[in-house]
Amino acid sequence: MYKGNKQQGKKQGRIERKFEELRESGQSALVVYITGGDPDVKRSFAVAGAVEEAGGDILELGIPFSDPLADGPVIQAASTRALRAGTTVELLLEGLREFRRHSEIPVVLFTYLNPIFVYGMERFFMDAEEAGADGVLILDLPPEEERQMGGELRFGGLRRIRLVAPTTTEERIKRICQKADGFVYYVSREGVTGEREDLAAGLGERISLLKQYARVPICVGFGISSSEQVAAVARVADGVVVGSAVVRRVEEFGCSTNLEGEIRKFITPLAKAAHEKSF
Amino acid sequence: MIHSLKYFNQNKSLKYHLPDKTGHFGPYGGTYVPETLFSVLQELTQEYRKARTDPKFKSELNSLLCEYAGRPTPLYFASRLSSFLGNIKIYLKREDLLHTGAHKINNALGQILLARRMRKNRVIAETGAGQHGVATATVAARFGMECVIYMGATDMQRQALNVSRMRLLGAKVIPVTAGQATLKEAINEAMRDWVTNVRTTHYILGSALGAHPYPMIVRDFHRIIGIETLRQIKKREKRLPDFLVACVGGGSNAIGFFHPFLKFPSIQLIGVEAGGTKISPGFHAARFQGGKLGILHGTKTWLLANDDGQIQLTHSVSAGLDYAAIGPEHSFLRDLGKTHYDYVTDDEALEAFHLLSKLEGIIPALESAHAVAWIIKNAKNLPQNSLVIANLSGRGDKDVQQAAEILGF
Repeated sequence: MYKGNKQQGKKQGRIERKFEELRESGQSALVVYITGGDPDVKRSFAVAGAVEEAGGDILELGIPFSDPLADGPVIQAASTRALRAGTTVELLLEGLREFRRHSEIPVVLFTYLNPIFVYGMERFFMDAEEAGADGVLILDLPPEEERQMGGELRFGGLRRIRLVAPTTTEERIKRICQKADGFVYYVSREGVTGEREDLAAGLGERISLLKQYARVPICVGFGISSSEQVAAVARVADGVVVGSAVVRRVEEFGCSTNLEGEIRKFITPLAKAAHEKSF
Repeated sequence: MIHSLKYFNQNKSLKYHLPDKTGHFGPYGGTYVPETLFSVLQELTQEYRKARTDPKFKSELNSLLCEYAGRPTPLYFASRLSSFLGNIKIYLKREDLLHTGAHKINNALGQILLARRMRKNRVIAETGAGQHGVATATVAARFGMECVIYMGATDMQRQALNVSRMRLLGAKVIPVTAGQATLKEAINEAMRDWVTNVRTTHYILGSALGAHPYPMIVRDFHRIIGIETLRQIKKREKRLPDFLVACVGGGSNAIGFFHPFLKFPSIQLIGVEAGGTKISPGFHAARFQGGKLGILHGTKTWLLANDDGQIQLTHSVSAGLDYAAIGPEHSFLRDLGKTHYDYVTDDEALEAFHLLSKLEGIIPALESAHAVAWIIKNAKNLPQNSLVIANLSGRGDKDVQQAAEILGF
């Protein structure tokens, strides 16, 4: 199980510090996904600020893509809004640089491969780190292909967050977990992103299995939207990811002058649920 | 127009056994998918490797291809078109005569047998022109499986006949309204379904694209087109052809047609992309005209994207060629100089559609009309007495209404 050991060969970053801080007080992390550039670049960072103020621990900032095939309708629509508003990788990194001047929340960039491949992978990692990102999660780049991409990719100081799914075999879990960096993102169910009423069956067993192999914290996402679900997942995992439910509020209140207030109102109880864990 | 042959000539001894073990064609191909699909694709690869060497699988597929689909298809000498153009001999490989009206049935039959081996009783597919959707709905009916087809709403409109056919065959056709509502969006939606129902469902991908092992599986199931053509032309003409021409959307008919001919360096293999109304972003689907290297739908290949990596809109009069990426093996064969790619415009394709109908009594699919159009356009530059074979990948019944509106007959 994750016991807060430091990353070998890398100095402790914001992600590690955050998990250590939470671990010491027996809490789980609330990881919040928002689509960068939705409703536009400036306001998406205002939303990020609201997430932090309301107790969100880690920010997953999505880079919009024209063909988000792992996402459900809510995040697809957010990507479309962001692209329509003229969002580009460069503009998002510029926004992040500005945001970093007054925020210390760990930021993981969540992206499909093509936008950063066209940008230039190593150039992207360098620029992202310089702008203040702490990690990167590339949805459609499995470790096998990463090796193919001209040997070792240099991620610089960025943590390379990896995904594990319900269909991942134990042998692969082992390999993925051993190389994991920052935290492991467990996709709790087969399917696309989106809110669900129930929690995935057998979640506890899968997390225990992951914990056998992982030296980093385990965060669980896909389908989580209510405080009850957050609390239930927080009992077994080191972090809980909420995405579509937040993005839906951005959609609903994107034009409202009180967008940030609405986001704070939504995040506050979720953060409380994540932090209530005690042992 | 024609990509340099130099590389290939220097590498005559090059053995061609691709994809490699990791699913790559040189720098192209691969398995760029979300984690949920990774293990499933590995399972599919293993099952396919087993099936390929299983005599029972082979004989069942062969008898279905012959007795159900209508193979072998004829190689037809287009004498009137040849005399019309004057200096060359044109043959047509008649995949349009297959059951369901296009080459797509070759792959659909192979994949439904794989689905059954994997004990999956639900199949899904994307479709552009509707030919692959019809082929999948057909084999699903034949094997009593549940079938869901994703189709762009724009394509449903321009290929209404095929929508009715799929529904008649018992498939559920789900309109996809995202983006420009064509083939790319249909694939996105099919992949979302697959990710959700992966344990019960097999995705019958219809073109030689997507993540490994699809480009290999789809190619192998269509190689029969080239194998038959080679046998037929040798018997008929006692010599090898000079040119093979096929349209290329994702590139399944072209790769199956070309593949058995790769070992003959004297033969020029020409893939014809959709030039749309003009070669300018959003007006065409010719990936080798202004495209770039990128990753879409699980594979690394040439595609149409803007400088920020967003996939660009495409256009073609033919729904089956209206797609932003080309199958990865085509990208590699082009690098090797083994195949060459050119394009024709909507207008040229429509003219060929009309001309072939009038001269030969054969109404080609608008997709296949692109191959014929390339021959018409380039005939006078080809050496005297060249022997040219076009793959007539599908028939044009589905396009008659649309063509009538455009051409005004």
